[in-house]
Amino acid sequence: MSSDTKKVLFGPVVDNNPIALQVLGVCSALAVTSSLANAMVMTIAVMLVTGFSNLFISLIRNQIPSSVRIIVQMAIIASLVIVVDQVLKAFSYQLSKELSVFIGLIITNCIVMGRAEAFAMKEKPGVSFLDGIGNGLGYGAVLLVVAFFRELFGFGTLFGIEVFPLIQNEGWYQGNGLLVLPFSSFFIIGLIIWAIRQWKPEQVEKD
Amino acid sequence: MSSKKETPIKTIGFVFLVCLVCAALVSISASSLKPLQQANKLLDKQTKILEASGLLEKAGTDIVGTYNQFVVAKMIDLDSGAIIEGNTDIFDERADSRNIAKSSKPESDIAGINRRANRAVVYLVNNEQGKLNTIVLPIVGSGLWDLMYGFVGLAPDLNTVRSVVYSDLKETPGLGAEVLNPRWKALWPGKKMFNDKGETAIKVVKGGAKAGDIHGVDALSGATLTSNGVERTLHFWLGNEGYGPFITKFRDGGLN
Repeated sequence: MSSDTKKVLFGPVVDNNPIALQVLGVCSALAVTSSLANAMVMTIAVMLVTGFSNLFISLIRNQIPSSVRIIVQMAIIASLVIVVDQVLKAFSYQLSKELSVFIGLIITNCIVMGRAEAFAMKEKPGVSFLDGIGNGLGYGAVLLVVAFFRELFGFGTLFGIEVFPLIQNEGWYQGNGLLVLPFSSFFIIGLIIWAIRQWKPEQVEKD
Repeated sequence: MSSKKETPIKTIGFVFLVCLVCAALVSISASSLKPLQQANKLLDKQTKILEASGLLEKAGTDIVGTYNQFVVAKMIDLDSGAIIEGNTDIFDERADSRNIAKSSKPESDIAGINRRANRAVVYLVNNEQGKLNTIVLPIVGSGLWDLMYGFVGLAPDLNTVRSVVYSDLKETPGLGAEVLNPRWKALWPGKKMFNDKGETAIKVVKGGAKAGDIHGVDALSGATLTSNGVERTLHFWLGNEGYGPFITKFRDGGLN
């Protein structure tokens, strides 16, 4: 793998993270991070949608009339999201029952649209696809970290497996009620952004 | 970015083409995956019905086989309580309750369901000896955030509770969604729905039911509204606007 490919694929994980640096797609990151399993499925779904929407948009980038380009992008993204939702319903019914609403909302996830407009409209299909997958990975990395803390300290479990036995199940751990609720992700995402910027000071915005 | 010669015809043509391709993609995936999705949905429902009748452990991985062996679905008319003809496989309570012709507005809508379908499917579950062991009734009622769908399993006296199993809800995880906690579900078996006078007496008690209370189940801590929702849902469905007429008919032996 050349260093350019690597940069496109893994750059969005830390150096140019869509949530932490570009602060896009935070809304869905709040909703789906109550458990690691949900976050994982959402990550894969977003990765596929960003990857393939970038690919298809890049393929026809020279034909898209610029006056209607946003509409054309939306049509492609919306179709892909429906396909992902259908596949999930067919192969993982339990998860789709919990996630269906949020899968539909991938359409409005600014990361997908943002990458289509900022990257795929200019670059070749192959590298656009990698950029989409990379940004999905970056989104997913933050989601998984948030979900790790929320599930562990909110429910005492990881991937549904008991780590801290809860008091209501005759254990010793009192689940943190704040972490169970979606808005607690704000605090965790804030802390993640702070941690990344401590590590990579060049991400700090100048006053 | 795009070609410089942009004409309205070309733009419309292009958008039309993109829409055509996208529509084809969506319809192909939707129709080719439909059989799998329906099988999943049915499997989910059958799993819950087996759980409500206590057969889930015995079923193991063979949900469909066990279901077909022990469960008989019957369509009933809720107002009269009589068994009627109807395809129980394709009956969709949610679709019917939104259809004005197939539903009615309950007079006292304590469960907060707005409209109730006129028909319902009840599940008669036999034991190994082929004797009726559990009657599973679908229920629905408002929790804190949204409607909660589930099943209640009753012994053939239609009074003793076998189970209360929720299948679809949007309650707060860790609080209201604890209705799915096996430890809370374990509080239900053996409770009595009705008192000696035949009134619905089942209640969800905040702070914990007294020991030996045959009608009381502990409320979920931190989830008063969900707990109240469960109680009201049961009262509605066991009442005259729910399965009341069916229960009366059944007890009189009028089903066969």
